[in-house]
Amino acid sequence: MSSPSDRSYTREHEWIIVEDASTSRALVGITHFAQDQLGDIVYFELPKVGDSVSQLGKMGEVESVKAVSDLYSPVSGEVVEVNSALTDQPELTNSDPFGEGWLIRVTMSDPSELDALMSSEEYDAYVAEQH
Amino acid sequence: MDAVNLRTPLYDTHVALGGRMVPFGGWDMPVQYPEGILAEVRAVRTGAGIFDVSHMGRVYISGPSATDFLDWALTGSASTLAAGRARYCLICNARGGVIDDTIFYKLAEEQYLLIPNAGNRPRVLDWFGQVIAQRFGDGQSLGWLTGNGDAGVTLDDQTMQTCLLACQGPEALGLAASLADNGLEGLRPFAWTATRMCGAEVLVGRTGYTGEDGVEVLAPAAAASGIWQALTDAGAVPCGLGARDVLRTEAGLPLHGHELDESTTPVEAKLERFVDYDKEFVGRDALVKQHHDGTGFTLVGLQMPGRSAPRATYALTVLGQPAGQVTSGCYSPTLDTSLGMGYVFPEYSRPGTVLELDKRGLIEEITVTALPHYRRPRRSKSSQPS
Repeated sequence: MSSPSDRSYTREHEWIIVEDASTSRALVGITHFAQDQLGDIVYFELPKVGDSVSQLGKMGEVESVKAVSDLYSPVSGEVVEVNSALTDQPELTNSDPFGEGWLIRVTMSDPSELDALMSSEEYDAYVAEQH
Repeated sequence: MDAVNLRTPLYDTHVALGGRMVPFGGWDMPVQYPEGILAEVRAVRTGAGIFDVSHMGRVYISGPSATDFLDWALTGSASTLAAGRARYCLICNARGGVIDDTIFYKLAEEQYLLIPNAGNRPRVLDWFGQVIAQRFGDGQSLGWLTGNGDAGVTLDDQTMQTCLLACQGPEALGLAASLADNGLEGLRPFAWTATRMCGAEVLVGRTGYTGEDGVEVLAPAAAASGIWQALTDAGAVPCGLGARDVLRTEAGLPLHGHELDESTTPVEAKLERFVDYDKEFVGRDALVKQHHDGTGFTLVGLQMPGRSAPRATYALTVLGQPAGQVTSGCYSPTLDTSLGMGYVFPEYSRPGTVLELDKRGLIEEITVTALPHYRRPRRSKSSQPS
């Protein structure tokens, strides 16, 4: 499955899509590959609204039935919204990782950080290389 | 990773089903199928699931001293086990540490089948060879590969020539019975019978590792895919190691390498009901002493609300001071809570005791509980005196 071309990707399998360049608003989630590898997701530990995140710094954790994995922020900035639906339905990230299963909305402090991330083609090649 | 993992006769079947293969105990095994662990757990608790457990060993033990040997090597009694029955017990070293936990079946007089854990099979065979040589042989020959007939005990490892399938769940027995030539309806827990399935001679035991009713089917390797196919066609849902781990944790069943190891005893693990002190066996003196003197730590159940699980190696504390350690844990879909098992100092082992769990630096409260967490509901039709 190819990843959506409208966003950027980390090597840790997070994605980020810029929603509004004028306000530097962006939405962050994990990829289809990530949710597939995790298996059934049962719990997210996510930052709170107002928290600062830094590019490729740990921003939270995801627990599947099998294991716990760290979540990394694709960019630096401030958390302005957390997907509250995941509290009761973390499985949304399994069923729709690029849509309803998004994790957080951030205000980027330095949009040029996006240049350090991978395109969808690069990410898909990276995943194919790993497996 | 230099070592090449072993594969069961069902490896291709698992891959074709979309099973995610992972290394486990020296084998490549499916951790889950595409439907996922939660769905697989649900299938076993409400219907029937099927597991390939061929990675576990099949060691035949026979010879004129077979019963004497097993009485000496196991915590459970072989001499009081009737043919047609199976028994769970421990294999201990001289210090009472658990080399493995096992189920063994009495096939006939002086003929037994013993099931070691996958990763422990070489260790168990080696240990048995030592025990036979020291107690039943000339003290020198360690010929477990070729048997040890001179000592009156022959070990025959048939793991690679056979397969083992576990069909588990409230519907499992009926489902297996529909495929067997005879006799499964009356099969009692921890009993086994020889029958035929899909044209192959099989041994069916009413045993398992899920806390649910069910059977385990031993068959020739060549019959594995046919029996698997027939059971899944009849409605059994393919389940992997992930579901197996959740199911056994809910049921409070220990896993060697987590709750049990060679420095942990059955007394500490609260498994003394599987220790027959009325006979002599390796490790008995150490266990008797510990039984009377008490243990330094003890196995307990652990539960906490929510879905974020206690996990193996997480520290347990009281007011910041060490109180124990988690050995297994998961989110329990059956009970919709997080639960696990762990060792604590005896003063913290009473159910209801609240401990602190160090969850990767985050301290949360967790409550000591009795085991098992989950006990299957009694069903009048299939309930049996145990």
